Amino acid sequence: MDDYLSGFTALLVQYDVLGAFWTNIQLTFWGALLALVVGTVLAVMRISPLVSLDWAGTTYVNLVRNTPLTVIMTFLVLGVWTQLGVQLSSDFNLNFFILAVIGLGLYHAAFVCEAIRSGVNTVPVGQAEAARAIGLPFTAAARMIVLPQAFRGAVAPLGNTLIALLKNSTVAAAASVTGETAGTMKTMIEFQPNYIWEIFLTFAIGYVILVIPIGLATTWLSNRLAVKR
Amino acid sequence: MEKDAPALVELKGVNKHFGDLHVLQDVDLTVRKGEVLVVIGPSGSGKSTLCRAINRLETIDDGEIVIDGKPLPAEGRALARLRADVGMVFQSFNLFAHKTVLDNVTLGPRKVRGVPKKDAEEEALALLDRVGVKNQAHKMPAQLSGGQQQRVAIARALAMHPKVMLFDEPTSALDPEMVNEVLDAMVALAKEGMTMIVVTHEMGFARKAADRVVFMADGQIVEQADPDTFFTAPKSDRAKDFLSKILVH
Ligand SMILES: Nc1ncnc2c1ncn2[C@@H]1O[C@H](COP(=O)(O)OP(=O)(O)OP(=O)(O)O)[C@@H](O)[C@H]1O
Ligand SMILES: [Mg+2]
Repeated sequence: MDDYLSGFTALLVQYDVLGAFWTNIQLTFWGALLALVVGTVLAVMRISPLVSLDWAGTTYVNLVRNTPLTVIMTFLVLGVWTQLGVQLSSDFNLNFFILAVIGLGLYHAAFVCEAIRSGVNTVPVGQAEAARAIGLPFTAAARMIVLPQAFRGAVAPLGNTLIALLKNSTVAAAASVTGETAGTMKTMIEFQPNYIWEIFLTFAIGYVILVIPIGLATTWLSNRLAVKR
Repeated sequence: MEKDAPALVELKGVNKHFGDLHVLQDVDLTVRKGEVLVVIGPSGSGKSTLCRAINRLETIDDGEIVIDGKPLPAEGRALARLRADVGMVFQSFNLFAHKTVLDNVTLGPRKVRGVPKKDAEEEALALLDRVGVKNQAHKMPAQLSGGQQQRVAIARALAMHPKVMLFDEPTSALDPEMVNEVLDAMVALAKEGMTMIVVTHEMGFARKAADRVVFMADGQIVEQADPDTFFTAPKSDRAKDFLSKILVH
């Protein structure tokens, strides 16, 4: 039994399981940052009075939301990198990492946009009207009055998007990112099939441990930040 | 108001539709500098739409709206600038819910007029004092009563040094015991010579402060007169009928 356990622990070290999770956390962090920026811009486009901006934002969201993430990732690697020869970093691994972050960010931006829009719906129209009435132009009214309240109302759906992003970061394997969890798990099972259940459980539990605090934190934040009316 | 004061707000042949509904029908209206105009009329007659059209929260289909000699711009910076000159007080207060009372009042002067923070705060406190809510300056809007919130909203509008103030039923969302504190602030403002367009059914305010009452029905201005004449001897049947209904209450 001792042999068995130490054998398994050795596996975790040999295949650098912690490092694999760290890679996914990094993918998630940068992907979330990009998604937040692009998603906010998209949300502003969708609430803007300019029809063309609204149209462009809506088209992006519908197109991206309805495309499988694997397709987007594969497209980035095979289309943008291989075909177009776009090189983002001379470091081979970093190049794929950046491509994966871009894929994750652009994909989840569509969901961030929808989360923020649901937050915008929690802000009464009177807030924007009062902002316009004191002479704030649209962008200033959006930035200072509507969006700050919308973000507070969107904490819960944004948290859900972050959780989805974390789990979806495993699709980075499709963008040839090495040493991330999905690829690592596959390799481990391939070479150590007698440990299949333990390996599987390790990764499943690892994600549960990462996801639960995000859920708790967003619920807490969402209550704390809620705008009292 | 001086008799020959110049026109500050002019509406010429203004029309507005909501779908098939003709909400403003060829409305002509001139408000002179320093004049206090009360707009009265049954629900759905277009009073709010009239107010909202004057600072272009609502677009109009045709006609012209001129403020202090300048036609209302359609979009963009010019429109924002003009809106800054037109104060608006809403029925539901609409204080910025995520900002303190003080920040509500200083935001416009700072971000639109570029007033330094310290000066803006000094003036905001003076304005809040004037409407009797200075001691609430550091609270959030939700912590204030309706009457207090509405007085903050008046201070917020005044902080922009508007040429004209629009009030759309400023007291109708308030508990009865809070109506007077808001009306008092408005009467004081009227006495100081502010040009005001006030949609309200408060006859006490109209008699005390208004120079003229405009009666609207079905998107048209049916009748206008000084408050005494209007309330004691209305000419049109619509106005008589309307007054008989609100006087019962
Ligand atoms: N955004 C809108 N879309 C469609 N119809 C509208 C809209 N706003 C107002 N209306 C309609 O236009 C008409 C005039 O509305 P308005 O709000 O100007 O009336 P009001 O005189 O202010 O009434 P109240 O005394 O009830 O406030 C009403 O029939 C109303 O239902
Ligand atoms: Mg109304």
